[in-house]
Amino acid sequence: MLCMLCKQNPAKVHLTQIVDDKMQKVDLCEDCAKQKGVNHPSFSPADLLFGLGASQEIAQTSSGVEVRCPGCGFTQADFKKAGRLGCAQCYATFAEGLEGLLKTMHKGIKHVGKTPAALRQGRDLNERLKHLQKKLDKAVTTEDFEEAASLRDEIKSTKDQLDSIPSR
Amino acid sequence: MNMHDFLSPPVETARRTGPHDRIVMSSRVRLARNLRGLAFPGWAKKSERVKALEIIRPAVESLPQLSGAFSETMDNLGPLDKQILVERHLISREHAAKSSGSGLVLNKEESLCVMINEEDHLRMQALRPGLQLRQAWMAIDQVDSELELKLDYAFNPELGYLTACPTNLGTGIRVSAMLHLPGLVLSEQITQIISSVNKLGLAVRGLYGEGTEALGNVFQVSNQMTLGEVETEIVERLNKVLMQIIEHEENARGLLLEKKPKIVYNHIGRAYGILANAHSITSKETMNLLSLMRLGVDLGEFPAGERALIDELFVITQPAHLQKQFTEKLVAEERDLLRADMLRDRLRHVNRPNPKAPGPGGPALDKRN
Repeated sequence: MLCMLCKQNPAKVHLTQIVDDKMQKVDLCEDCAKQKGVNHPSFSPADLLFGLGASQEIAQTSSGVEVRCPGCGFTQADFKKAGRLGCAQCYATFAEGLEGLLKTMHKGIKHVGKTPAALRQGRDLNERLKHLQKKLDKAVTTEDFEEAASLRDEIKSTKDQLDSIPSR
Repeated sequence: MNMHDFLSPPVETARRTGPHDRIVMSSRVRLARNLRGLAFPGWAKKSERVKALEIIRPAVESLPQLSGAFSETMDNLGPLDKQILVERHLISREHAAKSSGSGLVLNKEESLCVMINEEDHLRMQALRPGLQLRQAWMAIDQVDSELELKLDYAFNPELGYLTACPTNLGTGIRVSAMLHLPGLVLSEQITQIISSVNKLGLAVRGLYGEGTEALGNVFQVSNQMTLGEVETEIVERLNKVLMQIIEHEENARGLLLEKKPKIVYNHIGRAYGILANAHSITSKETMNLLSLMRLGVDLGEFPAGERALIDELFVITQPAHLQKQFTEKLVAEERDLLRADMLRDRLRHVNRPNPKAPGPGGPALDKRN
């Protein structure tokens, strides 16, 4: 078995840690283990959870200044300690550092799954609105005023539908 | 309502059946959701957690799927009750450690269970016996769709459902199945299987997630990636892998019986011998031996009807379930004695395992290979 980090030397340090009931395994060569400070108290659960170097990555976004989430007051140091974020807004606050992390742990970095119905409906209506607007522009340039008038009505009713969706 | 009046007795739950339940003990789909504008439970102050609970709990209780449900706050459940819920796989160990500001809503069939303020504001799960991942997904998807009309979820079109841990981001889905794999363990193929399953981006854990060596040869297989893939794809991918594991387990059993029947019968016979005659036994040993008896049922050494008994014993011999039957507080050694008493009593009517006679020209001794 090769070291997970340098992928060159044989792994001699095998670390298994239970973090919130989840088992994390790390296999390193002696040099990398020393470098990463394994067996050192500062070795953080975030490192284990998201692969080595993860907490450094998120810390890098700070560029010397501590970033604090305006939503909940959460900092990178807190993330390093807990391996969890503070609130939904943290995803925007720490977006830069998180992107690399997400790439390593997921299939993609864009959500393609389920979307709340109200949002989905809003998205569909917005797309329809854009489409209608284009048709309207075209009708106006070709001076097809009859078509333009009917499109304008359609746009208005689509907008009304959009407004009637409960705000999110 | 008292939790114990609500919960189905293990003698009933052990009789639940589902497709492939020889090998797949249960299927589960869990969704993680959070409310917009409130800190995640692990970071929230107690007042915020209480606020989230007060918003979520009535919304969950109002769902038709959860009418007549057991609904309770975690501070109203004693440590023993919580442990019983863990032993039944209804709540996580993490949730059992929660107190005020966290809650639980469980339906009568024990097929839907919503944990409030676990790691996320909402952890809702659908459970089914046997291999029924699609059914579990459809059930929980429906609950989620109804809840989203009542709750303001933290959702971002780019990142999906926002969760406390980035590992759950996107769909917030965890699809998992509990597998009984004694054949792969006995034939020493399990490490290989685990490593190939890991390579597919799936996690393999023990019965309660701890350690690699699973108690009672029970393993949990689940997806790890939650972002960048549609829920149904995740479900189908896991389903496909599970079908392959089932096939490997069946092959392993077949091969063991063909090549080393004496070794298999020896294991099962000894397991029965100890369980039916011991006067002191730990829960770990009990689970490992019950697993072999379960294999014995699958191989026709015990009547098929005994599997429900074995599955029931699997639950009621665990520490909290055992403790519940006695009023005085028991120490581990006392539990071991009482566990053995219970096993001897319950296995009294189970006949010794009866290995099928070897076929014509069949081996009297195991083949060497």
